[in-house]
Amino acid sequence: MTRRSAWLVAWAIGVYAFLHVPMLILAVFSFNGSRYSTWIGFSLDWYRAVFHDPQLAQSAWNSLVIAITAMLISTVIGTLCAYALWRRSSPWVSGSLYLSLVTPEIVTGVSLLAFYQWIFRHLRWHLGMQTVILAHVAFSIAYVVIVVLARLRTFDPALEEAALDLGATEWQAFLRVTLPSILPGVVAAALLAFTVSIDDYVITSLVAGVDSETLPMVIYAMARRGISPAVNAISTMIVFGLGALILVSERLREA
Amino acid sequence: MDSGAYILELRDVSKQYPSHKAVDGVSLAVERGAFYSLLGPSGCGKTTTLRMVAGFETPTAGDVLLNGSRINDLRPYERNVSTVFQNYALFPHLTVRGNIEFGLRRRGERDLDTPVREVLELVQLSGKESRSPAQLSGGERQRVALARSLVLRPEVLLLDEPLSALDPNLRKQVRSELKSLQRSTGITFLFITHDQEEALSMSDRIAVMHGGRLEQVGTPEDIYQRPRTRFVAEFLGAMNWIDGIGVRPESTHLARTMPESESRRRAGRVENCVFLGNRIHVATRLQNGALAIAEIHQGPECWNAGDPVHVWWHAADELALPAENA
Amino acid sequence: MNRLRTIFLTPAALVMTSLFLAPLAIICAYSLLTRGAYFGLGLPWTIANYGRVFDPLYGEVLLRSFALAAVATVLCLLLGFPLALFISRSGQRKNFYLNLVILPFWTSLLVRIYAWIFLLRDTGLINATLQKIGLTHAPLPMLYNDGAVILGLVYGYLPFMVLPLYATLERLDPFLIEAAADLGARPWTALLRVIVPLAAPGIRAGVVLVFIPCLGAFLVPDLMGGGKSIMIGNVVQNQFTTARDWPFGSALSLVLMAAVMTLLLVLVRRSGEELL
Repeated sequence: MTRRSAWLVAWAIGVYAFLHVPMLILAVFSFNGSRYSTWIGFSLDWYRAVFHDPQLAQSAWNSLVIAITAMLISTVIGTLCAYALWRRSSPWVSGSLYLSLVTPEIVTGVSLLAFYQWIFRHLRWHLGMQTVILAHVAFSIAYVVIVVLARLRTFDPALEEAALDLGATEWQAFLRVTLPSILPGVVAAALLAFTVSIDDYVITSLVAGVDSETLPMVIYAMARRGISPAVNAISTMIVFGLGALILVSERLREA
Repeated sequence: MDSGAYILELRDVSKQYPSHKAVDGVSLAVERGAFYSLLGPSGCGKTTTLRMVAGFETPTAGDVLLNGSRINDLRPYERNVSTVFQNYALFPHLTVRGNIEFGLRRRGERDLDTPVREVLELVQLSGKESRSPAQLSGGERQRVALARSLVLRPEVLLLDEPLSALDPNLRKQVRSELKSLQRSTGITFLFITHDQEEALSMSDRIAVMHGGRLEQVGTPEDIYQRPRTRFVAEFLGAMNWIDGIGVRPESTHLARTMPESESRRRAGRVENCVFLGNRIHVATRLQNGALAIAEIHQGPECWNAGDPVHVWWHAADELALPAENA
Repeated sequence: MNRLRTIFLTPAALVMTSLFLAPLAIICAYSLLTRGAYFGLGLPWTIANYGRVFDPLYGEVLLRSFALAAVATVLCLLLGFPLALFISRSGQRKNFYLNLVILPFWTSLLVRIYAWIFLLRDTGLINATLQKIGLTHAPLPMLYNDGAVILGLVYGYLPFMVLPLYATLERLDPFLIEAAADLGARPWTALLRVIVPLAAPGIRAGVVLVFIPCLGAFLVPDLMGGGKSIMIGNVVQNQFTTARDWPFGSALSLVLMAAVMTLLLVLVRRSGEELL
């Protein structure tokens, strides 16, 4: 049934425009010579400003470190968890993962803040990179589990039985037969965890310490103040960079 | 019963699930080097029995003995039996060679080349080691599955309906290949199938299962010609039941006239003739209402619907079996 | 066999318990405390905080949150349904069109909101252009009001409506529509009486997936609403940072959670596809 009336096509064009034009305009204006909203001429000034801004550089670095660390941890934990759930369901774990997906970010954020402060009375910790990383691991595990579980459901369990039959223990069967088969899904999940982490503002802003400012936090401040058009440049880079990453993740999921 | 001769024994093995009993008190003994088949319709428990031997299910009662030792509690990777799965379960991320080497590597074998080369020759797949399973035909995949298991020299090779996934025209050829493979390697085969022709043509011994129970065990001729229950008789081939006596269509003959003294005959009318190529099935409606099918070859006699006719048989071809409840 | 599974499950169970459930438990406890001198906490135990949540002052915020989320959800449905229909009828290009909707969502909501701010603010592109052309002489206030927040919410969560709608529409038997036409239904009638009812599960899922995040939204009302269009999320954040009234903030958070959970229980009667 591929009959699409003119109305439908027009509507689709309209909605796509609504979704994409603002960002495209921003991208265009990131090359604007002037800091105001009138087009002067093509310029790479703002991109240069981005690369010369120490605060941006430091926060980008922090974001990268946090995202990569959180990605690695949550991918490992999430993949193992997905495998365990695939073998036999656990309402307790599934329930809390599901809950973490539906809980508003602001609630997750403040509850983690409260939790950390409560712990800090007993341990000598303070808010910093590690608190952010732990927070990111906590909220990204659910995404990893969903992606890996979806992949596992297309995996033929007879393959594991064959491995056992041929002399492999359960762990060896997982490592040498199951994992290689679901690897594209695991990588896709990792990329997703990375994206979700690097983009987070709400939770991070609540649990970050003084020394662990992340890129979204800096962008937020710049967006609020509304002064430097370097925001335009960095925004463009982020959107298209992350977009590319997501596309790769999608390709892998279907591999 | 000399346990030494039996490589595999099941003693009163049962498998009870919450909803039903899949296997009910099955006892059988497989001789070393035999081609032993478990034959039965879907749901009769043969697959469950196989899985209990392989180690994927644990019996709820009874013992499974391999070479005289009880293996009930051993994990699949601790048993020296190997399974050829119905859909072959070849590892897609490994080549043919990788698949075959898999079990050898788990054992820590050093020399992989020789056994792999030998087994590839055995199944006639030499030269295809670097292919991936996706690049193989159905028949080739089955041979890889066989090779993968055979290279480990198991005590018993378990085959779960290995021919059902093949094209029908390929099956007859593969049947004879499997049979000669078994003879040349001397490995004991435990073969499960629902196809009676497969079982009859390949097996040294057949165990017929029905509703989780063993109905009869014997050689192919035994089972076919001397079935002990109605189920076995009907499962192994077509049957005519005439007043409680069973006669196979190939032993049912037709005649226009018969002497009155002959007791092994019934009168009736021809209902139809079905031409099957190399034989003809003539269906006769008997006076008591039953339908009897006679299998005849093309001959001078020509039977038409409505012809009065007598069906008759020899005493030796009779099977007197009690009727069963379903 | 079970041992391996337990080992595999443990890290996730630990993380979820300690970094998700325990924190929730803690703010449950905090919601029953009183604001103290130091770190915002002190005895006695009280349920007064919950009472305050429904004060007229905060009641307005609650009401606005529900209203804005509802309007945004309806708009997402109206905008998204035809789009989902379009994608489901795009044959080979389905995945491309689908990605075109979903991709933006996964790339930095913050940045995409900023794109609208760039367009809508007083010194933004739209106002600058309008003034340049001469259509207006003073900047139009397009930001920092309820309308801007709704715009932002729709912009941010539209993909969440399109996805489940598409999933349901894609599975629709095209012959049903032909049958309807065969029986005399015009396209519009077929749409209302055949397609929409059959798409009901997708509509339900989409409504849940949009309304709930909208209810608890923070960034959109914060950046596009200024201080003028406050939603629950903003108040909660405020209580935990500037105002330092953690007990009240906790109570408000839990009320928000309760609303979310209730909605889920009511709307998600049967999750067609188990994600987890």
